[in-house]
Amino acid sequence: MDRKKYGISGFFQRIAQPFINFYKRFMDGSIGTKMSHFIMGAGNIYHGQIIKGLIYFLIQVGYVVFMVTCPKVNNTPLGYKAFINFVTLGTQEGDIFTPADNSMLMLLFGVVTFGITLMYLFAYNSSIKSSYKADKDLKNYGKVTTFRHDLKEMFGNRFYIAMLTPATLGAVVFTLLPTLFMILIAFTNFDKERQAGLKLFDWVGLDNFTTFFTNPSGEIAARFLPVLGWTLIWAFFATFLNYYGGILLALLINKKGLKGKVIFRAIFVLTIAIPQFISLLAMRNLIGEYGPLQSFLIKVGIMSEPMSFLANAPNVWIARITIILINLWVGIPYSMLLASGAIMNIPESLYEAARIDGASKFTILRKITMPYIVFITTPYLISSFIGNITSFNIIYLLTGGMPKVTGGYIAGGTDLLVTWLYKLTIDEQQHNLGAVIGILTFLLTSTVTLITYRRSKSYKEEDAFQ
Amino acid sequence: MSEKNENVKVKKIRPNYLNLSSSEKISRLGAYILLIVLCIIWLYPIVWIVLNAFRTEFNPDGTMVGTVVSHYWPKQVGWDNFKILFTNTYFPVWFRNTLVVAVFTCILSTMLNMSVSYVMSKVKFKMRKPFMNIAMVMGLFPGFMSMIAIYYILKALGLTQTLFALILCYSAGAGLGFYVGKGFFDTVPNALIEAARIDGAGEARIFATIILPISKPIIVYTALMSFTGPWMDFIFARVILGEQNTHLHTVAVGLYYMMYGQIVDTSRFTVFAAGCVCVAIPIVALFMYLQKYYIEGSTAGSVKG
Repeated sequence: MDRKKYGISGFFQRIAQPFINFYKRFMDGSIGTKMSHFIMGAGNIYHGQIIKGLIYFLIQVGYVVFMVTCPKVNNTPLGYKAFINFVTLGTQEGDIFTPADNSMLMLLFGVVTFGITLMYLFAYNSSIKSSYKADKDLKNYGKVTTFRHDLKEMFGNRFYIAMLTPATLGAVVFTLLPTLFMILIAFTNFDKERQAGLKLFDWVGLDNFTTFFTNPSGEIAARFLPVLGWTLIWAFFATFLNYYGGILLALLINKKGLKGKVIFRAIFVLTIAIPQFISLLAMRNLIGEYGPLQSFLIKVGIMSEPMSFLANAPNVWIARITIILINLWVGIPYSMLLASGAIMNIPESLYEAARIDGASKFTILRKITMPYIVFITTPYLISSFIGNITSFNIIYLLTGGMPKVTGGYIAGGTDLLVTWLYKLTIDEQQHNLGAVIGILTFLLTSTVTLITYRRSKSYKEEDAFQ
Repeated sequence: MSEKNENVKVKKIRPNYLNLSSSEKISRLGAYILLIVLCIIWLYPIVWIVLNAFRTEFNPDGTMVGTVVSHYWPKQVGWDNFKILFTNTYFPVWFRNTLVVAVFTCILSTMLNMSVSYVMSKVKFKMRKPFMNIAMVMGLFPGFMSMIAIYYILKALGLTQTLFALILCYSAGAGLGFYVGKGFFDTVPNALIEAARIDGAGEARIFATIILPISKPIIVYTALMSFTGPWMDFIFARVILGEQNTHLHTVAVGLYYMMYGQIVDTSRFTVFAAGCVCVAIPIVALFMYLQKYYIEGSTAGSVKG
């Protein structure tokens, strides 16, 4: 079963395996197992595993009742009708007397019913497997396992299932399902004009994507590339400036013979510990037109009159550079901590050897310290690049995506893809376009990940420590 | 552990200052000066917020100034901002909300995260690789793409926006962030578990009596991160709980609206600063107290990926 299968044939083999097993169990199995293919739990009851059989049977009854009776939530049915609605996304146009079908709920319930069906199929398969196993046990040991034994097994060898189930359920309901739902929205025309429950929306295929790419004069498309460009510039500078800034700071703090390392480090940890919304909003006011920083700069003579560096900056680039600088304040302590950890782990013998060979301090730094730090912290570099592509707080709290730019289509000069997504969906109700941006962001982050992670040592040698 | 080593090292190699070459002296002096300047830059905004919390300057007509002013050091200090914060705003309610959310999120997500991390590291089951790959792919979607969907689902279902919903949102996906914990459990020798198995201990017992006691660092780290999450998060709380329900805000959302909301009456910067101080003190204290675990955890997590 666990033989490794590679390539395309392996892929098909893997897909086909459950069906082959399914067929085999049906042909090989006892009459009970054969019955289990139609009535879940029949095989277990046939073998005298009454409680287990009843549980399976109840699952089947529950599923059939659910599918047939189509329980309604908010006037929108689940069950088999949800599949039909999933395709049509509603037929009842609303008027003054009757509300329209809620296309959004129909889409959602289609996904939910599909998920429930998948879980049911899983249970169905496991009921057959359990019955087939009982057949085998009877043949090999002359008796089947008791319910008590199965329960004990749940806390024994199969304990991992009990440990994984809650987390998996949580992730499916609160992450996987909503994400699927948003992906599907990208293929509909769910926008401002078609509010859920007031007006129907429908599938439009790839139309939203073509709006982005094949219509360069269109507002959205014209705005997309600049926002993407700024997202990449931001991610690049935010990541690498913070990274090398942090390393330099770590080298400085860990300089040999320097006293007060603990205190210096504590001061920088302090800034990590302060919730970001506090430090960002503080910064925003501190460097604002009325804040003490500008009045100080004016007093010293560097500036002549107060101006905005952020949301109302006269030039987009002033706001952008300010954001990147503030991000240094936010991010450097963190990478300093990581680099400090790496520096302290460098074996002293390496330095000894270099000194004996007469290497200068600069050579040691260049040939030993830096490569070591970079080697150890590369995975962090990748994940922080991705984190920066999807970083929301810093932009939203500092500028809200402003300053305004011409032809902005809601996106301001400092908006990243993710903040644009937020504005489009929450503020402007252009759900379909927001969803497209979400998918494009995902494509961006996954490309970066695929290129880098796959090459990194920690991915290839994932099992090295086992 | 590193702290101790360092002290020993420092003592051993610390030369008599007088014997140092002059270039070494200069470079050391330079390093001190640079570090002190950097510390001032990093502390400048923090000290400013604290000063503002105590700033009680009055206009000629007797009203409090309360806005951002252009001088750094306050001319008059007092507790007035804190008094306003606790009597005239919803801050105590926000604080209680956040505390409730943080405690439950901490318990729930630590449990979910630890169990998944352990299983992913130590149990070789059939679906392991697919499971890990799916988790990685999910992590690449912008986090609040699903949040926005949750928001619409809650809204469409007519479910009231409750703190309970927020707790679920924070902790339900915790299992997906198992990479750090897995990195820790990977370093626990398999022999330890094998030995217990040979002695006849069940998996549940192995986890409870052998693994958990030695996992204190990673448990503390995970709990710390999930407890502080709700205090720091701004966007989830804002979207899930809605903008109108003042009594449901968490501290981050409440304080944001105090500054940039519709109600001009309470948009005083100094009161906001007082709120910030009240939020930051417990969080910073917690971080400092558990600094060791935080550093260990974040280093281990990002180093192993």
